[in-house]
Amino acid sequence: MSHNDPSAVVAAFLQQRFPHVEIAHDEDIFALGLVNSLFALELVMFVEKTFGFTVPSDEMRIDSFRSIDAISALVDRQSATV
Amino acid sequence: MSPMAASTERVPTDRAAARCFARTHLAPLATRFDQAGSIPSETLDRVGAAGLWAPFLPVGYGGQGASMLTVGQVHEEIGHACSSVRSLLTVHGMVSWALLRFGTPGQREQWLPRLAAGSVLGAFCLSEPDAGSDAVNLTSRAVRDERGWVLHGTKTWITGGQRAHLFLVFARTGAGIAAFLVPRASEGLTVTPIPGMLGTRGSMLARLTMTGVRVGPDALVGPDGFVNGMVMTGVLDFGRYSVAAGSVGILQACLDACAQYTAHRKVGGTALRDRQLIQAKLSDMVTDTRAARLLYEAAGRLKDQGDADTLMATWVAKYFASTAAARHAAEAVQIHGAVGCTPGHLVERLYRDAKVMEIIEGSNEIQRITIAADAYRKDVR
Repeated sequence: MSHNDPSAVVAAFLQQRFPHVEIAHDEDIFALGLVNSLFALELVMFVEKTFGFTVPSDEMRIDSFRSIDAISALVDRQSATV
Repeated sequence: MSPMAASTERVPTDRAAARCFARTHLAPLATRFDQAGSIPSETLDRVGAAGLWAPFLPVGYGGQGASMLTVGQVHEEIGHACSSVRSLLTVHGMVSWALLRFGTPGQREQWLPRLAAGSVLGAFCLSEPDAGSDAVNLTSRAVRDERGWVLHGTKTWITGGQRAHLFLVFARTGAGIAAFLVPRASEGLTVTPIPGMLGTRGSMLARLTMTGVRVGPDALVGPDGFVNGMVMTGVLDFGRYSVAAGSVGILQACLDACAQYTAHRKVGGTALRDRQLIQAKLSDMVTDTRAARLLYEAAGRLKDQGDADTLMATWVAKYFASTAAARHAAEAVQIHGAVGCTPGHLVERLYRDAKVMEIIEGSNEIQRITIAADAYRKDVR
């Protein structure tokens, strides 16, 4: 697993946080009820530290963090801007 | 800024500088602050001149780019001398942090330099008369119209509210609980002092009544929606970190006072220091003080690394440090006997201030629920 595969990294983080929940890569983690305000901030901090960017305010929306795929796409978008 | 402030030379903020400042400018006056129920303007100016209001802000905004570990150590040293001033640093830091992390470029340019200097003082406004800090039951509301937002509601127990220039107000919108910047001069905002609280009496608490307070569209901190809960969570995390560090300051002050008193006080011809029950109390104070310091410093290092584990580390640090402070402040009064119950005595103030630490920025009951939930989430295999 490397940062070349952000979806795997994000999936591993979610698995560590929620070891009893199976999460498909396209599954809505908000709809699963996993995201409260505490975990939302943890998730943002994890993404920023792991992938080395600060989430810009226009990406601070649910759609950017809705699923493993969505987060991976966010990482790809930010990587493209570097 | 008063002329006195100019005489305080600004040096890079760290634990040693904060200790020097606290012991020179705060400790000798802390009882007076407590009895007066306020901090005089010249002291607040001195805090600003020493660069203590928000040293974590970047240099470009007038801060010092201090690490969060350093911020914790500074708050410990200030808390050792005066929990009321430390409480003002806490809420001011919470507002500054929110703008640094979630503010727009315009909000940061407008407010952060003044917050760094202390020419604008910030206050955090979450609690309400019927909800406390239970965000689910907040009733203050913000309604959007074509000119911005209109706020209604009441906030209470607002630390620094009597003196603050800028309030970070949490109110309900259609998308959740959002944070708004409300200048003190806003029409429809009434600030009422709350005197005579049990502890941190100098922290100038107030009640805010908002009756159709109008703010512009740029008053919202962060985009409305996903960010709302994060602003509150992040700001409270900063507050809990500061309270944890301040509680260690109280612990160290209890230890210092008790060691000094028992070294000289004799009962029945025997120095208290030679009594094993006294030794047991002091040894527990030493141990808990060191453990609490390790916990908040660990949380601070995680913040500096941007590690999400800092959130839970801070919960644990605040819970441990504040309960230890309340427990050992009670023991400090016990060790001092009637002397420690005397109005104006150091340990009497520490006892009252320590109790407050168990309640603010999330009561310890809420903290235990959160810590346990995390244990079930991550640690049960």
